[in-house]
Amino acid sequence: MDKLTVPTMAEMLAKGETPEILFWVGCAGSFDERAQKITRDICKILQHVGLKFAILGTEESCTGDPAKRAGNEFLFQMQAMSNIQVLNGYEIKKIVTGCPHCFNTIKNEYPGLGGNYEVIHHSQLIQQLIDEGKLKTEGGESFKGKRITFHDPCYLGRANDVYEAPRKALEVLDADLVEMKRCKSNGLCCGAGGAQMFKEPEKGTKDINIERIDEALALQPNIVAASCPFCMTMLSDGVKNYNKEEEVKVLDIAEITVRANGL
Amino acid sequence: MILQVIFLIISAAAITLFSLNVRKIIRNIKLGKDLDRSDRPAERMKTMLKVAFGQSKMVKKPLAAVLHLFVYVGFVIINLEVLEIIIDGLFGTHRIFAQPLGAIYDVLIAGFEILAALVLIGVIAFFARRNILKIKRFTGTEMTDWPRSDANIILIVEVLLMTAFLLMNAADQKLQQLGSAHYINAGTFPVSGLLLALLPDSESSLLLIERFCWWFHIIGIFGFLNYLPYSKHLHIIMAFPNTWYSNLEPKGKFSNMASVSNEVKAMLDPSYVPEPVAEGSRFGAKDIHDLTWKSLMDAYTCTECGRCTSVCPANQTGKLLSPRKIMMDTRDRLVEVGNTIDKHGKDHQDGKSLLDNYITREEIWACTTCNACTDACPVNIDPLSIIIELRRFAVMEESQAPASINNMFSNVENNGAPWKYAAVDRMNWAEND
Repeated sequence: MDKLTVPTMAEMLAKGETPEILFWVGCAGSFDERAQKITRDICKILQHVGLKFAILGTEESCTGDPAKRAGNEFLFQMQAMSNIQVLNGYEIKKIVTGCPHCFNTIKNEYPGLGGNYEVIHHSQLIQQLIDEGKLKTEGGESFKGKRITFHDPCYLGRANDVYEAPRKALEVLDADLVEMKRCKSNGLCCGAGGAQMFKEPEKGTKDINIERIDEALALQPNIVAASCPFCMTMLSDGVKNYNKEEEVKVLDIAEITVRANGL
Repeated sequence: MILQVIFLIISAAAITLFSLNVRKIIRNIKLGKDLDRSDRPAERMKTMLKVAFGQSKMVKKPLAAVLHLFVYVGFVIINLEVLEIIIDGLFGTHRIFAQPLGAIYDVLIAGFEILAALVLIGVIAFFARRNILKIKRFTGTEMTDWPRSDANIILIVEVLLMTAFLLMNAADQKLQQLGSAHYINAGTFPVSGLLLALLPDSESSLLLIERFCWWFHIIGIFGFLNYLPYSKHLHIIMAFPNTWYSNLEPKGKFSNMASVSNEVKAMLDPSYVPEPVAEGSRFGAKDIHDLTWKSLMDAYTCTECGRCTSVCPANQTGKLLSPRKIMMDTRDRLVEVGNTIDKHGKDHQDGKSLLDNYITREEIWACTTCNACTDACPVNIDPLSIIIELRRFAVMEESQAPASINNMFSNVENNGAPWKYAAVDRMNWAEND
């Protein structure tokens, strides 16, 4: 594959071009080392299918999601309104996010503050590309016979009723897909939502991510598939807790797609 | 004649008392803040028919769903019989519908009997699940003496009512066979027919049993009606309005506070003229007055089934948070505030509040906002919005968030990310491939 080039909106504007889609990277995707890899993979997919995209780069700022869930509506609306200024300034129409939290916030909570865009999560983009025949699942690693279980992120699943899109990316692999008992609308949270990512859990008998990874590991999977950077952290920590990093990989839908296509 | 007068007095008293209590409940719900849920009536009708009338969210637990269906259908349909009982009671008639309905009446009575038997099966199974099998969902810190007794009282009353109904029919049937005056040949009795051997043969004893069961059944129903306002069983009524007023937006969409938009817009644009905000309103919720009326309606609707708590990730891992407790606390506090108003007038302060006196900080900070509770609720109650309002109060009015949450806030404010990274480094990932 060609070298990855990631244009910013500012660069595009300078060249007098407009992208088909804005890739909203998100804070985890920008700074978290594990999530950065997924961010690059999403770009690889966009570049591979020839979709003209751009990012905001340093003009992007936190959507305000963790502030809002933690009750800080001031901070949320400050973030939201300044992001909306930037997005509207570039006349953005369509956005793909690498994170269900950014997806939910921009899609559902920005319209009321003046930010109206078509927003999709990267798993929905991958689903569309597969449906349109632009992503073929060939020329890469074979997942044939691998046991894969998908963990539904709350802000993609219950919050927005997106259950099938991430599964679509797995169904095309010819892998052995297994569902946890608590899946789809019954899915168990990884433990990071509602700003829990940024604090220690309250006193209890068990950590939520351990409860979740216990359920996943009981299926003896080769891969636990995720599609949220927070879930990624929580599930990976869960696997580490049992020293199973060698046998069980926690991979994002985008990473799996990139591998299957040899990008 | 005198019996008719007694019946009239009892009915009128029961209905008056119930109306007074309903009015009090409506007044209490209206203590909440405004929220517009008057949009999309067609969708609301559909949701109510599906979720409340059609019990669509019960099916996630199939056994409980079937047993509940017995009791629900039995309750709704057997109440048609109550109409006849009331007319008979007022006019001194007996089985007034038998003649005009003819053969249909026989089918109806047979149907009621089968339903009554199914209700008995359902109710006895429910009683066993709570008291013998001790299902985990029915335990928890909030399931103290009163909620547990409330559940058992409801079940026992239902057993008594159904038993009285069937015994009454059995005695009636035997009196019909004896050709007793007044007891016209009416109805077929597939269930109470099995009880005939239990009854005495003398006409006077049978008359006594039949009349006693008749009065017991109808007075029991009136009593039960007036028990509802104090009980979790109020859900049999509240389920309908509560699902009508469901949140129809995606579950992930939290409300944008208009009062905050005003201030933020003024900050970002000095020429902005803020819209007037209602006086005395605070950010978030400390007490029930700060919650929306829908949250208060939710509280009256909760029947404490615990499906929310049984799927809550925090509760399942031993944390203090229980969404059911959030709803029960909200109702208890609301009733307390209502009683204070009745005793001391509208402006009396009792120095207590929902936050801290009922719901602790530890509970509200344990929530992952995952929406498992709102998804699980068979009557579309939303504990999450109460938790968020309480957090809003703690953060925006009191600056009382856990220290690590405050760090996250200052990172977002200063760096545009919840972690301590410089905003200028935001694109570094694109270079180190």
